[in-house]
Amino acid sequence: MILRLAIASLFARALTVGMTILAIALSVALFLGVEKVRTGAKESFADTISGTDLIVGARSGSVQLLLYSVFRIGNATNNVSWESYQDIAARPDVEWIVPISLGDSHRQFRVMGTTRAFFDHYKYRQGRSLETADGVIMDDLFDTVIGADVAATLGYSVGDPIVVAHGLASFSEHKNQPFRISGILAKTGTPVDRTVIVSVEAIEAIHVDWRSGAQIPGQVTPVDVIRQMDLTPKAITAALVGVESPLQTFALQRAINEYRQEPLLAVLPGVALQELWGIVGIAETALLAVSAMVVVTALIGMMATIFSSLNERRREMAIFRAMGARPTTILGLLVLEAMLMAALGALLGLALLYAGLSVAQPMIDSAFGLWLPVTAPSLQELWVILVVVGAGAIVSMVPALRAYRMSLADGMMVRS
Amino acid sequence: MDAGETVLLLGESGSGKSTLLSLICGTMLSDTGRVNIAGQDLATLSSSARDRFRAEQIGVIFQQFNLLPFGTVVDNILLPLRFAPERRKRAGDARATAATLCTALGLPAEILAHRANTLSVGQQQRVAVARALIGQPPLIIADEPTSALDADSQAAFLDLLFQQTAANEASLLMVSHDPRLAERFDRVVRMEDIARIDRAAA
Repeated sequence: MILRLAIASLFARALTVGMTILAIALSVALFLGVEKVRTGAKESFADTISGTDLIVGARSGSVQLLLYSVFRIGNATNNVSWESYQDIAARPDVEWIVPISLGDSHRQFRVMGTTRAFFDHYKYRQGRSLETADGVIMDDLFDTVIGADVAATLGYSVGDPIVVAHGLASFSEHKNQPFRISGILAKTGTPVDRTVIVSVEAIEAIHVDWRSGAQIPGQVTPVDVIRQMDLTPKAITAALVGVESPLQTFALQRAINEYRQEPLLAVLPGVALQELWGIVGIAETALLAVSAMVVVTALIGMMATIFSSLNERRREMAIFRAMGARPTTILGLLVLEAMLMAALGALLGLALLYAGLSVAQPMIDSAFGLWLPVTAPSLQELWVILVVVGAGAIVSMVPALRAYRMSLADGMMVRS
Repeated sequence: MDAGETVLLLGESGSGKSTLLSLICGTMLSDTGRVNIAGQDLATLSSSARDRFRAEQIGVIFQQFNLLPFGTVVDNILLPLRFAPERRKRAGDARATAATLCTALGLPAEILAHRANTLSVGQQQRVAVARALIGQPPLIIADEPTSALDADSQAAFLDLLFQQTAANEASLLMVSHDPRLAERFDRVVRMEDIARIDRAAA
């Protein structure tokens, strides 16, 4: 009956109580939303590459190597010579190796030269393979396969011609060797979506008339002639490696890092991801802290609401006292009320989050390549709700103690 | 006061009536003197025991604002039983008892489910009487219960109050500033007399 009266009392002050609950709900939705994006981003980060045991590149930093080879962020400081690549490929513990050649672009998207093996061995999201949504994997020297975002942004379809620009954000284009789109990949939620993929030979072919980053004036080798040339690359940017047995990973890594002919670096994608996440983690923690502060603010708002209601509710407390309620009952009543508000707010916040998530999910996916799964509330989210209710109870102790003292002094007579 | 006696406590405002009521109800303790209710010296009880004692032994009717406005009538009537297990036992089937009391006080039965703030002042005062009487506490204290009512309703209300306290064999201590009510009571005590005794003693 006390619970029912507490609820009836809340209903009687529906407007202020509703505002308080709304504030708590929004803050909880924000907090849980940040948490969702955080874990979602972390997962989609980790999902970007799987099945690759080592990434090999010129000696630099492991995070830098991961960023340019997998995420297409930043640039390589140096290349890996084709001889070194072949040496590594020839090792018995290497099961497969895929070369990656970067440096050119098409509009805002990067062009990556590789081999057909890339489509067999590049895996994402726990071992899923790349698939074409339309067309086929490239066959001809001047064929290209483009990622889903490239096709969507530039409105390309299979059979369209595209011209690759030299370097990034550059005005000099490889006009003489246009490519034909042979296939468009299905959406993956990885940087592959924003990549134009050609063969390593094609990268070589479009640079036939170039020397040290500049076009040789007046020299235009016809495409027919290029097709007859030996297009074995002289260098590549990086390579993805799979080992025969996981046990050999570290031995191979050491062997590559100590390779005498050329300074190379081999990193484990998982380790490099962890390192990268460690850097990003600071911002992520700050974001979480800010949203936690918003929850605290909402709870303090609730405390203020209870405080301001105390005076107008003195009569109510006096009636309770006259009926034989102890001052502790009054205190309990106020704490119970605060817990009800906090619980309602937290649950409403959870509902808001899931409603918002189911509406915004496709938009977030297409805009940021971030897939936030709508799953049943996790144990962690239930804990957050419990903590909010608990914190609400603690915060409400301040006005409740004041009410306790007031009802001790007033007794059943309100002196006004 | 004897059991079943009706006493009118007369006094102007500011004469200490409310303080005296607080002393009787045990929400205040006096520095000197003793307050005995039903043979119990309140000063010997702990504060929570006094709260419990009040819940069990005393039914209180205020001047006005007697009811929790957001509660239903039946919630309001049953409220003291929540803090008084003995009284709850005496009330038997509490809801049925509440209904009987309401009928006896001339309130329609369907009013039980209404919210208290939808009632007229007269109806609210009668609900307050029902709440004071439920579970038959031996002492009913009424603090100017008629001041918010017009003259006709006052008389009718007092009739009901007397009738029902008598039926419950309870004593009635009513506080008022209106000497015209005196004739209806067994005994009249004037605040100025108590105050004079006090001052003489001091």
